[in-house]
Amino acid sequence: MAPSAPSIASNMSSRAITPRPSSYRYKSEKRGMTYNIMLVGQSGLGRRTFLNTLCEREVIPPTEAPNPDTANVADPMKFDTYEVNLEEEGTRINLKVIDAAGFGDGLDNTSCFKQLQDYIEAQFDEVLVEESRIKRNRRYRDHRLHVLIYFIAPTGHSLRELDVELIRRLGEYVNIIPVIGRADSLTVDELATFKQNVMRDIDFYKLPVYNFCWDESDSDALKENREIMDFIPFSVVTCDEVIDNEYGSVRVRRYPWGTIEIDDESQCDFVLLRYILLNSHIADLINYTEDVLYENYRTKKLEVGGFAEGEDEEEDDEAGDESHAASTKKQE
Amino acid sequence: MTAPEVQDYVGFDTITQQMERKFLKRGFNLNVILVGESGMGKSTLVNSIFSTHLVDSQGRRTAQEVIRKTTEILPVTQTLDENGVRVRLTIIDTPGFGDQCNNEGCWVQVIKYIKDQHAAYLERELKPQRDRIINDTRVHACLYFLNPGSRGLRPLDVEVLKRLTEVTNVIPVIAKSDSMTLDERTLFKRRVKEEMSFHRISVYPYSSEDDDDEDRMLNASIRELVPFAVVGSEETIDVDDKPVRGRRHGWGVINIFDETHCDFVHLRNFMLRTHLSDLVEVTAQRHYEQFRTSQLRQIKELRAQQAAAAAAGGGGGSGSSQPPVGPLPHQPMAQV
Repeated sequence: MAPSAPSIASNMSSRAITPRPSSYRYKSEKRGMTYNIMLVGQSGLGRRTFLNTLCEREVIPPTEAPNPDTANVADPMKFDTYEVNLEEEGTRINLKVIDAAGFGDGLDNTSCFKQLQDYIEAQFDEVLVEESRIKRNRRYRDHRLHVLIYFIAPTGHSLRELDVELIRRLGEYVNIIPVIGRADSLTVDELATFKQNVMRDIDFYKLPVYNFCWDESDSDALKENREIMDFIPFSVVTCDEVIDNEYGSVRVRRYPWGTIEIDDESQCDFVLLRYILLNSHIADLINYTEDVLYENYRTKKLEVGGFAEGEDEEEDDEAGDESHAASTKKQE
Repeated sequence: MTAPEVQDYVGFDTITQQMERKFLKRGFNLNVILVGESGMGKSTLVNSIFSTHLVDSQGRRTAQEVIRKTTEILPVTQTLDENGVRVRLTIIDTPGFGDQCNNEGCWVQVIKYIKDQHAAYLERELKPQRDRIINDTRVHACLYFLNPGSRGLRPLDVEVLKRLTEVTNVIPVIAKSDSMTLDERTLFKRRVKEEMSFHRISVYPYSSEDDDDEDRMLNASIRELVPFAVVGSEETIDVDDKPVRGRRHGWGVINIFDETHCDFVHLRNFMLRTHLSDLVEVTAQRHYEQFRTSQLRQIKELRAQQAAAAAAGGGGGSGSSQPPVGPLPHQPMAQV
């Protein structure tokens, strides 16, 4: 059984945005933190409504009814980008969300993984190039992906091939946080069993999901992070409508047999996930991306590219421009 | 000229009871195939419809179980008895269907199975010495499970439904519809119907000239509901000391028999109480006949070719003796 949510959230809210020993946060507080999130999952799992609920506004309007003739033609996967400015407990966040629309929706989805990998690598390559410039752009906007939210279908069984492959292939490039979309189709017991099964699969296949406990130096946070890991995958239900009751405005989904309150932590993990993403762990996620994932990529790339230490800067620039052109092409 | 009125009671109206007695003695076969990705609620739904634990879910629940790479066909037969009426119920599960990254061709085994049953029946029918009553393994109904939350039909659904509706009676359902609000359901049903009409996918029930007004009305009301948004459950929950077959969520209890909650009652009545014999009949008269016609045509053409070849090669001799019935063009697989 998962530990009771409220204690975690209330502990965390009392910490507010703990100034972690990172000057990054202090500097960016004025400008607004650059934060890039990608949403991946088959259609129908609530990715778009998740974003709207997360940002507490309609970022992605509901899609137009598709023509009947497009039903059997799966759109190739595309990356729809949305930019939102948020303010969370005094911190400004320049949020960029990339929705990988079309993932897993076709008959043959094996090319999706390479596309995603190419996209993520392209963002790394841009930074690589930018870092090596003789004259760097002070206003450079970092597009590296800080977290990938992966939506799992609420089957109640275990992970599917698509899920395993995605996490396996992309875990070394981006922090992956698995969530269960449409979690309101599972009862409390089913949800607990499903989470257990998914975690067992993650252990068994050694899937590289984001490890909240990566920073072992901070022992206070470690205990909390271990508790957070017990919630994975986070159950997500997204808001359909807002109603007014005696407590004020409440975000709900209304069924004939009852109404689920999105913000009620005993009913789903949305509030906890949001807090983790936009408050308590935003620095961790960014730091891990920059200090570990990017660095690993950079090392690999430079070794393979045959660049010895202290290469000619002009040569670097040329090669950089080539890879930049290639990466811009990939992004299209 | 009106039919002459029968003056004394003759008694031929008892034929219905005579037929019933024969039928009761014989029992009947009902074969239902379940097609849908794992985790769609197939096993739970079919167990709920028949109020018996007929099939076990084939979903992968432990990490050690291997992820299936192909579609398997798993028939399970049980005999149910209700008030003296015996049904030999075969539920065919299709674990692995639609579960891979690449689902191209995942329907091949399913279509093959259905055609094999038609072929097996035809073969027995064509035998010089055939059984008085041929064991009917033909698939009478296919429950096709749609994914709740999708916009409508997915590419996989379109491909598979096109093929399935040509060989069997297809009943589309949304088994885990408890994550859809009523508005979402209405929208989804409308989209699915539009898309099916566009792609000329005709699901059961079909209209026929034999239909009278009552049949037409009933079929129209069924078509309104398609795809059936149902919820399955094998559990009974206590609600105010009353047993309820349903699911308990943190925010309410779903009663699967409550028509305001889901279409379960309608689906069950449709399948078992109003259209059961029609499902069997239509399988025989429409799908089987189509198969039979195309098979026999192929045999005829084959014979004509052989005869032409013999006449051309052998010369002279009148091809008087008909060649024996060769193997059917569609090879049935080993008897299930």
